[in-house]
Amino acid sequence: MDSLFQRSLDDIIKGLRHQQAGESAFVSKVLEEVRREIKSTDSHTKSTALQKLTYLHSICFVDMSWAAFHAIECISYPNFTHKKVGYLAISQSFQESTPVILLISNQLRKDLKSNVEVEVSLALECLSRIGNLDLCRDLTPEVFTLMASSRIPVRKKAIGVVLRLFGKYPDAVRVCFKRLVESLESSDSPPIVSAVIGVFCELASKDPKAYLPLAPEFYKILVDSRNNWVLIKVLKIFTKLAPLEPRLAKKIVEPICELMSKTGAKSLMFECIRTILTSLAEHESAVKLAAGRINELLIDEDPNLRYLGLHALAIVAPKHIWAVLENKEFVIKSLSDPDPNIKLESLRLVMEMVSESNVVEICRVLVNYATKSEPEFCNVILGSILSTCSNNVYEIIVDFDWYVSLLGEMSRIQHCQKGEEIENQLIDIGMRVQDVRPELVRVGRDLLMDPALLGNPFLHRILSAAAWLCGEYVEFIRNPVELMESLLQPRTSLLPPSVRAVYLESAFKALVFCLHSYLKSATSSDHSALGLSDPGVSKENHITPDSVLHLLNLIDMAVGPLSGSYDVEIQERARNILGFTELIKPVLSDSLHPQDERHKQQVEASKMVRLLHDTFSDELGPVSMSAQGRVPVPDGLVLHENLADLEAVCGSSLPASSATISFEGSHNVEGATSIFISDQKEESEPSSESTSLLAEHRKRHGLYYLPSEKNTEHHEANNDYPPANELKSELAEQSFLPKRKSKQVKARPVVVKLDEGDVLPISSKIPQAKDDSLSEAVRDVLLGNEADADTLTQKAAADSVIRKKGKEKLNAKEQEDDLDHMDSQSGTVQNPVKERSKRSSRKQNADEGDHGGDKGKQKRRHRHGKHRTREGVQNPPANVISQTPVPDLLL
Amino acid sequence: MISLYRWNFCEGKACGEAAGDYTDRVWSRAENVSNFMEADSIFGPDSRLVYKHYATLYFVFVFDSSENELAMLDLIQVFVETLDKCFRNVCELDIVFNYSKLHTILDEIIFGGQVLETSSAEVMKVVEEISRQESASNSIGLVTKTVSGWRNR
Repeated sequence: MDSLFQRSLDDIIKGLRHQQAGESAFVSKVLEEVRREIKSTDSHTKSTALQKLTYLHSICFVDMSWAAFHAIECISYPNFTHKKVGYLAISQSFQESTPVILLISNQLRKDLKSNVEVEVSLALECLSRIGNLDLCRDLTPEVFTLMASSRIPVRKKAIGVVLRLFGKYPDAVRVCFKRLVESLESSDSPPIVSAVIGVFCELASKDPKAYLPLAPEFYKILVDSRNNWVLIKVLKIFTKLAPLEPRLAKKIVEPICELMSKTGAKSLMFECIRTILTSLAEHESAVKLAAGRINELLIDEDPNLRYLGLHALAIVAPKHIWAVLENKEFVIKSLSDPDPNIKLESLRLVMEMVSESNVVEICRVLVNYATKSEPEFCNVILGSILSTCSNNVYEIIVDFDWYVSLLGEMSRIQHCQKGEEIENQLIDIGMRVQDVRPELVRVGRDLLMDPALLGNPFLHRILSAAAWLCGEYVEFIRNPVELMESLLQPRTSLLPPSVRAVYLESAFKALVFCLHSYLKSATSSDHSALGLSDPGVSKENHITPDSVLHLLNLIDMAVGPLSGSYDVEIQERARNILGFTELIKPVLSDSLHPQDERHKQQVEASKMVRLLHDTFSDELGPVSMSAQGRVPVPDGLVLHENLADLEAVCGSSLPASSATISFEGSHNVEGATSIFISDQKEESEPSSESTSLLAEHRKRHGLYYLPSEKNTEHHEANNDYPPANELKSELAEQSFLPKRKSKQVKARPVVVKLDEGDVLPISSKIPQAKDDSLSEAVRDVLLGNEADADTLTQKAAADSVIRKKGKEKLNAKEQEDDLDHMDSQSGTVQNPVKERSKRSSRKQNADEGDHGGDKGKQKRRHRHGKHRTREGVQNPPANVISQTPVPDLLL
Repeated sequence: MISLYRWNFCEGKACGEAAGDYTDRVWSRAENVSNFMEADSIFGPDSRLVYKHYATLYFVFVFDSSENELAMLDLIQVFVETLDKCFRNVCELDIVFNYSKLHTILDEIIFGGQVLETSSAEVMKVVEEISRQESASNSIGLVTKTVSGWRNR
């Protein structure tokens, strides 16, 4: 009765289509119905409910895991329609972890044995989608039987499912592999070959080495087949195999070239091109042929072909750049193609062509394209310029002045969003390349001066770098007063706090620099009695008493309000500056308005300024990432010991008095003025206060804090440590690039390069050729090491490692034997494929105890001996498979 | 917008979101540009996407390096040809209302993630056989109103 009022799937679809807004309400209503209907005992009602649920699951992604058991019920119905609904639901919703998945094992087996072809297909499809270890293990025998089915569609699918079996249950290889290989030779039915070659293509893409012995079979297909799908797959397999065996490459290059020139199918032609370029790149003539075909693709009207043509060029570029250079014009032109794929691919190619000699020219062209492009592609271009130029510590850059101004230019491109990268490079270059600093500072100053740039958030990072550079290398600035004005301009309020803090710090440095040079010139003018108008000193930096006054006023005006900023970085730096100016003002004001006592005051002022100036002019350098590790552990310093007694040590060494004026150290909130009034005695007060707080803190958190200023006793030892900068310069000297080309008009400046610090440690991450159980099994089967399937399934996991090693060695030796064997017969063997199968049949005979044929007999004994000793073999060299070539006659 | 997703090896919601994302990107492509898109950001490394549209119908396949790009375009063609044969001039409504038949066709062409059949005639044979089986099984039982209409086509 239920079914009479049940809504069909069509009803649901119609209903969904008529819903405008309340779709989710409708879906939940249907779900409610489904939940009720699916419990019905009527198979029709149940399967319809399940069908609706599956539909909703695939369209609206509603959860259907709760209906897993109902789906299993459906596949057990005899009615084909219901069964099909059940199978669809299972393939769509089951996962390996679905708890009830094992319950379908029996039903699958039943359906695999069914007489109705489409039922078998359903079961196979289901297995190929959701098969897990248990299902695959349980059903391997059935699949094995079906692989020999006389019904082609069934056989085809059984072969297809083998891939899943092998993936989940590697031991299936020992059962099915031989039949799979035999299917390769069923040239009478193309669908079978197509299916099996597809399986091998997938298998070989994971571990090509294991399938090298099958090369003769693949070769036969390559030469004989007329089916483009099959040929494409065979080419894919050879792409993987050829690099492993040079002689194989030699053998296949000719038929592939022939195929490439004869075929009318573009897909096959492209695959031939790709195979040649990827795996046969050593064969010049083939590559030339392929390049010719690529040119055809490039001039085609179809954008797909043009794109693939460029893609092929990108493959060949690393080894044969001439093929790209031949098409240089076309590649550059393609940068403005409307097709995004073509644009990207041509950009990649352009970057491949970049060298020391043409980098300037190419970057010029690219920047032009970038300004004309839409934002996304513009940034892709900028990104690739940045990464190519900075590659391997700016390897291809000779003229750094040019590059730095290019960076400046790039920052000003309208859509530029590469702020972070440009920031990093500006600072990195500043630290590495001493000669370029004047130009860097000029570029930075230009950026800082432009008030319009402050409004673009993408540029803030760049501005931060510019500000830092101008502060750090302020001695190269022509007009520091102007710099101060731009660092403190009102629009800097648009900057994020972190950048603003950098601006303030740079302004501080610039201020100190100005005062320092002013005082210096004043002192020298004193001596020479020429006054402040001494042209040699003051003109250079434009520092006059007026400009000093102007600067101090500017700071009051611009920095003053920031001392109440909520951002600690800004607040602290602002107060540092204000404190300093407060301190310096009274002494300076006298010197600015000359009086009698002026001299004495000035000395005091210049002492202060010089102190700061010295602090700032200490140069920073890049630090090797491994610098820390190179610091030798001094004698007597015991690491890794219980630090419980630290407290006592700390307590005794307090209060530590700092010998230098510290800006960061004192967090006096009272007011900026008080900080520097100080000589050391006064200053030690707040400092000791804070240390006692720290000591208290330590008392509570004991072990977690290392003493920062504990060690008067370790102090001398500390001096033995080379500070980071010294370490740097020492290292840098060792590794200065001697790369100077005599022909260059302008010599490449020295680029500081640290030994290994610049190169990220990439070793050790190279994935080892995974000798997983699947390839192991395949190798065993291929090389005739088959053991009893039962014993293999019972093998303990624990000894698998040992066994694997032993077996591998053994395989290798076995293969050698086989090869010897082949060699010895090389005169007589006409058809190596037949020979192989002969051998395998001989092997089978051997197992049955049939002793016939003298040669086979020897061989057999040999092999049996091996089987017995497989655990114990120690001596043969490992990994011989890669070294043992497949002899020519195999082909 | 109508979409039907079929995943061979992809799980649940993540794919749904990915598909939504890519639907927009495919739609925003200009006419007369190449039909491929990089897809590794969502479907894992080495995966690419190819699309083709016939009037209002968009077909999108995601594949990896085991397949040839142009062959995938051909495969879409095979799929559409089969649909055409099946529904005589396939249109949106055919796809909307023939959910399970679409799966049947796809299952014949792509099996466990591999291309297993590339001839639309062969696919049609199997699809017809399945329809025959279904009508046979249904005629045994009660013919109710829920027997979906599609098998009569």
